[in-house]
Amino acid sequence: MTQTLDRAGQAKPASVGLLWRVIPPGLYGGRAGMLVERSVVVNRRAWFVLIGGAFEPMLFLWSLGLGFGQMVSSVAGPDGRPISYAAFVAPALLAASAMNGAVYDATFNVFFKFKYVKLYDAMLTTPMGPMDIAIGEISWALLRGGLYSAGFLAVMLGMGLIVSPWALLALPVALLVAFAFAAVGMAATTFMRSWRDFDLVQLAVLPLFLFSTTFYPLSVYPGWLQVVVSWTPLYHAIELMRGLTLGVVGWGALGHVAYFAVLAAVGTVVAARRLGKLLLD
Amino acid sequence: MENLVEAKALTKHFGAFEAVRGIDVEVRRGEAFGFLGPNGAGKSSTMRMISCVSGRSGGELKVLGMDPGRDGPKIRARLGVVPQLDNLDTELTVRQNLQIYGRYFGMSRQRCREKAAELLEFAQLGDRADHEVEPLSGGMKRRLTIARSLVNDPELLLLDEPTTGLDPQARHLLWDRLFRLKQDGVTLIITTHYMDEAEQLCDRLVVMDGGRIAAEGSPSELISRYSTKEVLELRFPPGARKPDLERFADRVEVLPDRLLLYTHDGEHVLAKVHEQGVQPVQSLVRRSSLEDVFLRLTGRTLVD
Repeated sequence: MTQTLDRAGQAKPASVGLLWRVIPPGLYGGRAGMLVERSVVVNRRAWFVLIGGAFEPMLFLWSLGLGFGQMVSSVAGPDGRPISYAAFVAPALLAASAMNGAVYDATFNVFFKFKYVKLYDAMLTTPMGPMDIAIGEISWALLRGGLYSAGFLAVMLGMGLIVSPWALLALPVALLVAFAFAAVGMAATTFMRSWRDFDLVQLAVLPLFLFSTTFYPLSVYPGWLQVVVSWTPLYHAIELMRGLTLGVVGWGALGHVAYFAVLAAVGTVVAARRLGKLLLD
Repeated sequence: MENLVEAKALTKHFGAFEAVRGIDVEVRRGEAFGFLGPNGAGKSSTMRMISCVSGRSGGELKVLGMDPGRDGPKIRARLGVVPQLDNLDTELTVRQNLQIYGRYFGMSRQRCREKAAELLEFAQLGDRADHEVEPLSGGMKRRLTIARSLVNDPELLLLDEPTTGLDPQARHLLWDRLFRLKQDGVTLIITTHYMDEAEQLCDRLVVMDGGRIAAEGSPSELISRYSTKEVLELRFPPGARKPDLERFADRVEVLPDRLLLYTHDGEHVLAKVHEQGVQPVQSLVRRSSLEDVFLRLTGRTLVD
């Protein structure tokens, strides 16, 4: 990790040609890695809090998969073949935990540092720019989310819920999903005025968690609602994850990936530009 | 002589509000330059433009020979900035604050460790190195903020109201540190609304009021240009009618609680005032200060 951080530190603005066209010059100092390093130093002392976060999806898995699963003999999998309820719900929980972790880091934590600690004001008096801050914070959310996802995948593997080598891709996909949610979350945070506005985050995240086919298939909804749900981000994440851990992968998976790539890119650019506007008036 | 900052007709507005209304400033290498003025004079806005965290609305600005609009990160790499309000990283220890800040400049970990050790000594915070930041006193936090701004060995150090809110002892300790930096050849730009601070620290300064520069020069030049050698202060009871003493002094300023008589010989004027039978509650002869310069230029006192 030391090496990647150092390399990020030396990256020249010239190496981000495409970014340059979207982000005005002066907003990116090529040192986003230093912000990640700061987060590592800060969290080194609070590692138990970090580890604690990994347990939440596992508790859900044990409660729903093992407890609730006793009452549901089997569910139709992505390809129609019957699978155990635990195998159905586990990949969805993996996707949901990638979303939750990323949203939490990129909204509450970023708002705290932005509004109260004035951390970013201090950073902007160095060669770092708002783009470094956006990328740095999102990357940290990603690293943390990746850690949780890896732990959860290991538990799934131990419980025999992974039946396909495609599942190897579940980790990078979890990172992409986390990236997209973190980027959009951070962009949204730049519009927040007070803690009261964060109720809106809950208002967005909780229904996503409950209704994005996490606990039952899309077919339980009436036709029009199926269309609505199929547009929401967590639905795409869950579809991807289920396909990967159960080994049912089609070309459609690329569509889901593209969906998150676009969210991630738009979120990052909006977050950086808004930060620039707010901090560099 | 080389100019580290050059501003011509520099303006800054926020919507319809004009914070800076066309100022010309030159800061030379090695000097301590001051912006003196009351709150809202446009000092902080000017500082933010110089430290490349705020774009200019009009005019020209060059910092270290570069354009802040284009070369912001490059310029900031060679600046030290002490903001008006401490923004230390409360999630890090005193030492980590210095080390991590060095990393933001792209310094190696080894270099950051060395620099942090050196600066802890400079800021006299060695015994607090591994403590949290939050419980530190105001003076200690301020010294840490200044130490942090020095992590990249800046050529130009910007200090926005460096001693506001500190007790006298903490202020003197801080001034002592700033003197030392000046001796080491660091160029300082200081904003302040304390005239004693400006007199103590600044080789040259501009008096700002309402977004404009009212006067420019060294503290002693400004005093001799805009004030007399001495000032006789006469204090009267609240609400009392103040006598007309214009004829005894070069100039008289009427403040709510006192009269200021500007003259080259305060004691002489005081004797004459007593001859007239005028009995102030209190009288004081003192040397002119920048406060008097400001009063002359703007008709208002500097500190409320």
